[in-house]
Amino acid sequence: MEIPSEVKGEAPNTYWKMVGHHFRKKKLAVLGLWVTLVMIGVAVLAPLLANDRPVFFYQGGKASFPLLSGADRLGPFIWKELRKDNPFILQHIRAHGGAIALWPLVKYSPDEYNLLDYLTGPNARHWLGTDDNGRDVLARMIYGARISLSVGFVAVGIALLVGILLGAVAGYFGGWIDIAVSRLIEIMLTIPTFFLIIAIIAVKGAGIYNIMVVIGLTGWMGIARFVRAEFLKLKQLDFITALRALGASHKRIIFLHMLPNAMAPVLVSAVFGIAGAILTESSLSFLGFGVQPPTPSWGDILSQSRDYIDFAWWLTVFPGLAIFASITAYNLVGEGLRDAMDPKLFR
Amino acid sequence: MQAYILKRLLQIIPTLLGITLITFVIIQMAPGNPAVLKLQMLKGQGTLGARGATSAQIIKQTEALYGLDKPLYVQYYRWVKRVFTLNFGDSYTDHRKVLDKIAERLPITLELNLISIFLVYLIAIPCGIYSSTHEGAWADKALTLGFFILYSLPNFWVAMLLIMFLGGGSFWDIFPVYGISSIGSQTMGVLPWLLDRLWHMVLPVVCLTYGGLAYLSRLTRASMLEVIREDYVRTARAKGLSERVVIFKHAFRNALLPLVTIMALLLPSMFGGSVIIESIFSIPGMGQLGFQALLGRDFPVIMAITTISGFLTLIGLLISDILYAVLDPRIKLE
Repeated sequence: MEIPSEVKGEAPNTYWKMVGHHFRKKKLAVLGLWVTLVMIGVAVLAPLLANDRPVFFYQGGKASFPLLSGADRLGPFIWKELRKDNPFILQHIRAHGGAIALWPLVKYSPDEYNLLDYLTGPNARHWLGTDDNGRDVLARMIYGARISLSVGFVAVGIALLVGILLGAVAGYFGGWIDIAVSRLIEIMLTIPTFFLIIAIIAVKGAGIYNIMVVIGLTGWMGIARFVRAEFLKLKQLDFITALRALGASHKRIIFLHMLPNAMAPVLVSAVFGIAGAILTESSLSFLGFGVQPPTPSWGDILSQSRDYIDFAWWLTVFPGLAIFASITAYNLVGEGLRDAMDPKLFR
Repeated sequence: MQAYILKRLLQIIPTLLGITLITFVIIQMAPGNPAVLKLQMLKGQGTLGARGATSAQIIKQTEALYGLDKPLYVQYYRWVKRVFTLNFGDSYTDHRKVLDKIAERLPITLELNLISIFLVYLIAIPCGIYSSTHEGAWADKALTLGFFILYSLPNFWVAMLLIMFLGGGSFWDIFPVYGISSIGSQTMGVLPWLLDRLWHMVLPVVCLTYGGLAYLSRLTRASMLEVIREDYVRTARAKGLSERVVIFKHAFRNALLPLVTIMALLLPSMFGGSVIIESIFSIPGMGQLGFQALLGRDFPVIMAITTISGFLTLIGLLISDILYAVLDPRIKLE
């Protein structure tokens, strides 16, 4: 029998298409997804968005990219002089035979000190104000997105690796391996995690890689439990018995046949995990256990603001908003995914 | 039942050993050992010259004093042996008994967290029930969104905003933001003292409460919605019971299960929040003690706090399992 061609592309026909279909119906979840995408864009394009040099410079028929060259001037054009009285992104310079400069959105780099301009509130030049060293808060926040997101993704990546491996092995083999892994999960869940994380950071030293590893290694238990539970169910099914009878190796069965069937709940907890990791990273930076000082991070700006809490509201409000927005966005996406994957919807 | 409880109590021991072993190994990896830190402290006070020989001697003596010169497993064995007699040793920083230090700080943390858990239940359950009985109405949508936002708010940020806008400086000065009582509160009468203390607790309690509130309210709503769709609720309505009786007697009692059992887990999980909130508001509780101990590499204090909070969590888990069986006769503990 031939399938009528008009059926194709009409109803969502695979699992992931169905999930996508249901996900798109949730407006808040889609909004959350957009926010996460914009933030990833900001993090990736940070040098183009906040910098003390023009991105593009055109003079006398010659184009150049000052951002890449790194020099603070080009012939008679000194970047810091040029930006002084220029509120626009596109600048036409009349002096020295004329030139055109294309500036980034924020004309300050994140670690550019200007002690004459310290602790100013939001104004025309520094849209979100400056900190106690006169650094532009918006520029620091744009670069801070890099820290938050990379910690979020790498930490969850580590958690996924550990959680999937341990959960799969425990669920698949059972026996003493299962008992050992389950015990380990129980122990790790009982330790006050945040306290443990601070303890490890206090011992191993603050640094972005340590933070990623520590958050990852203390956050795999939920994933392991999901994978283990799914594997316990799956291994009872006929297709696994059939695979065993065909002589498939354990490795092949686990990774090629069982894991793809167990990925749905793992994906959801991974998305929530990113929100959690971003929160943990900013809490650590806030307490002074985060990335090292000159590196901008949202929690670090908040922690600076503790000294000026009497009046410097912009140091508290804006970075906190960034943390809050990114956590909310990932939570919305996670919740939308979880609901979209709910089999009750597929009836 | 008794056999089950006994079995579970015995199971706590290996888990607790695992927790302490992991913590022990982690903090012993520290590059700056407490003996060296101690030396730096003494140098800072100017009681010592900086001559190498003396320094080495002092480090050796300090290590011997705390048993740090022994191999790791011997140290851990000694620690476990002492803990079995409830002796957590002396603090490295001020040589006081660790248990004494904890005993004077635990009540403050418990006080804050118990008030906060009480408020969580007081507010969350009515909100959750209201949401579930008005599913889809604008009030439900507003509550759900509001709690979702609360759930995602980082507590240290909320604490900072509250301090900034309600705690003086260039904005309103309504609440105190430092400690748990005013200077000279010991000489006050009972009522002024109580009011003063409550006044100090408003902001920290708000910070500790709203997250759990959002979580529990969402849980109540979900749990109620599940129960309301059950056949017996339809039956109750069909036989003409008032909506009030249907909701509170037939639905809510069955929806209560996850809400009660989660209580046993709320208390230990609040410890993590206490570390940040207590250090922001300078409250002399367990969280602040733990944080200071981490900064000062005060091993005995760190170990004691991990052990005690791990123990509380395990007991909480056990109580939650027992509550399950007590509240739901269908569940049998084996």
